[in-house]
Amino acid sequence: MLGLNNLEIGQKAVIKFFKNEGLEARLIEMGCLPGEEVVLSRTAPLGCPYAIQVAGSELSLRREEAASVMVELVA
Amino acid sequence: MSSPLHIKVALIGNPNAGKSTLFNALTGLNQKTGNYTGVTVDRYEGSMSFEANNTLIKCNIIDLPGVYSLFPKSQDEEIACKTLLHPDEAIDVVVIVADSTNLRRNMLLVSQVLDLKMKAVVALSMSDEAAAQKINIDVKGFSESLGVPVVPVDSRHHTGMHALQQAIASATVTKAVFHDLGDANIRQFADYRAFVKAALTKPNAKAENRDKLYRHQVINYVLNKHLQLPAELSRKQITATIDSVTTHRIWGYVVLLAVLFFVFQFIFMVSEAPMNFIESAFLSLGETIQASLPKGPLSELVVNGILPGISGVLMFIPQIAFLFLFIGFLEDSGYMARASFIMDRMLRPFGLNGRSVIPLISGTACAVPSIMATRSISNVRERMITIFILPLISCSARLPVYTLLLSVMYPPQHVFGFFNARGIALFVLYLLGFVVSLATAWVLKKTVKAKENSFFVMELPVYRWPQGRSIGIMVVNKVKVFVKEAGVIILAISIVLWFLSTHGASEKYEALVMQEQTLTAQVAPDSLIQQVVAQQLEHSYIGTLGHVIEPAIRPLGFDWKIGVALLTSFAAREVFVGTMSTIYRSGDTESEEGIRQTIVSEKDEYGRPRYTAAVCWSLLLFYAFALQCMSTVAVVKRETKSWKWVIAQFVFMGALAYFSAFIAFGVLS
Repeated sequence: MLGLNNLEIGQKAVIKFFKNEGLEARLIEMGCLPGEEVVLSRTAPLGCPYAIQVAGSELSLRREEAASVMVELVA
Repeated sequence: MSSPLHIKVALIGNPNAGKSTLFNALTGLNQKTGNYTGVTVDRYEGSMSFEANNTLIKCNIIDLPGVYSLFPKSQDEEIACKTLLHPDEAIDVVVIVADSTNLRRNMLLVSQVLDLKMKAVVALSMSDEAAAQKINIDVKGFSESLGVPVVPVDSRHHTGMHALQQAIASATVTKAVFHDLGDANIRQFADYRAFVKAALTKPNAKAENRDKLYRHQVINYVLNKHLQLPAELSRKQITATIDSVTTHRIWGYVVLLAVLFFVFQFIFMVSEAPMNFIESAFLSLGETIQASLPKGPLSELVVNGILPGISGVLMFIPQIAFLFLFIGFLEDSGYMARASFIMDRMLRPFGLNGRSVIPLISGTACAVPSIMATRSISNVRERMITIFILPLISCSARLPVYTLLLSVMYPPQHVFGFFNARGIALFVLYLLGFVVSLATAWVLKKTVKAKENSFFVMELPVYRWPQGRSIGIMVVNKVKVFVKEAGVIILAISIVLWFLSTHGASEKYEALVMQEQTLTAQVAPDSLIQQVVAQQLEHSYIGTLGHVIEPAIRPLGFDWKIGVALLTSFAAREVFVGTMSTIYRSGDTESEEGIRQTIVSEKDEYGRPRYTAAVCWSLLLFYAFALQCMSTVAVVKRETKSWKWVIAQFVFMGALAYFSAFIAFGVLS
């Protein structure tokens, strides 16, 4: 289990749980929920924010926000 | 046909779901922009009428701010939910707009609103794109599962509008239930509506998340029956290709810089022609009126008070229209989210947002449209900070003041090494504006408490061709709001300023007016008349005020004459040049050289040059920092909906101007 921010670009993972309750509420509304597959598509030029693909859309998160999303790598 | 039926319709949907485009397609220009009480969110209402079942139906439509669920996370979302549920709003039918190309995510909101047991219709937006991407929705079966009419619409080509109207007329309350009937948190309330209402005043994150997760299961079940997706979405690939350029660590900034340059050029250069046209049209209108009205206070008020005031308001329209045309294009195409994505890391340390970048750049042309453009910053604190610092950026109205004062100080051939002294000084002034505004933002970030969580979770929508008509309607609305709400304040202040500079309390003033009339009648030399006019200004209310503030501005190296120019500049900073010309009787208001000569040769009471480098730099810094612009004041009031911010900004910038001028004068003299 690792934070979403630790993924390599292009790596695929499954969302396990969220460490930040407020952020969890927002992400679930945007289709980003436990069990969903997520891909880190790219980071902004200065290393932050992160762009992820999840549930058919692309979202952008700041580093500390990404770090609060716990994922497990897809083997 | 029976008498018309009046109904009230609310549009609700996720951000980027095509809700406003649908609203524009339904209502066209039959819209009005208003305010929700107590917040800075704009309220968009419009109307349409159509015929259904042999009855004329007149709809009043309200376009609610975009929301992801009925559990709000921001002020905009809270307003949307409260308005939908408020009994005073008396919403008859709710149209839930869901993006056909991203139905799964949009269904959360759809299912929640259906559970409110209101008459509802689901509008599947962007049906043309869904078809092109081979996304297949079984509309009939979907409608049966949801228990309300479902209508595919395509606002771009105006298809599905008639069907949507008919569906609104026959909207029903669904019999289906989408929430967990066994959920204890919901069961303690009479119904789901009561649960949502309670959550609005007292959020319960655990219960809300459980509700949302349960819904996702129901949604999956429903969509598995009615939605067929292609293996690979072609649209997403195009977007990924464009993104590999627009978010590239080098090309991304090259593209952004090109976009900003283009926007800047338009606001700065292309707006100039229509602005000049408005100015000259009003001047000739004034002359016509002056010729046809009998000479007297009424003609004076109309020609010199009201008309310049109106023209001053209308002058902003080209800049506002161009800026919002670009913003509409950038937002609707999806590029704005990318610009925000690559700029966020750089602006965040200052408490700003990736979306602050457009207002900051357009601020070098004019603060007024730029402050209006901060609307797209959804975080309230970041938006307020952006508004607060924008007037510190050197705008185009300061340029004539800078140019005049720099030309007084440095002769054209004056150089430092290879560089022209004026050029260097001008650059320093612009740089100073940026540095001080960012420093102020940083201080504000440290001191102003956040009321809401600042999450940067933002969608990067797929790229789309913007719809011209919809952007056009938005531009018209922005201009209307400016003229209606900020225009009134600008007009009122400009009439007051006109009155103060053309009326005086003393008998001396009256005598001077008489003298001018006699001299004009005698066709006396211009220089003589100008001398009298300059004396009139001295004895007018504003001249008197200039004398009153003289002790306060003396430490800055200013006398009462400069005091008068500071006061009149509140109309617009460039007025400084005209006032200087009147007060120094240069008469030659057309040529800047004339004014320059007069100012350079001006002597103080000891016979030394009045405008030393110390005085000039003191004035330059004062103009760089002081909020001497009634239009900015008016538009900040309109955008923040409070005088509190306006006063804080005015006082802060005034203090900053005063102390930097004080220091500059002290150090240089």
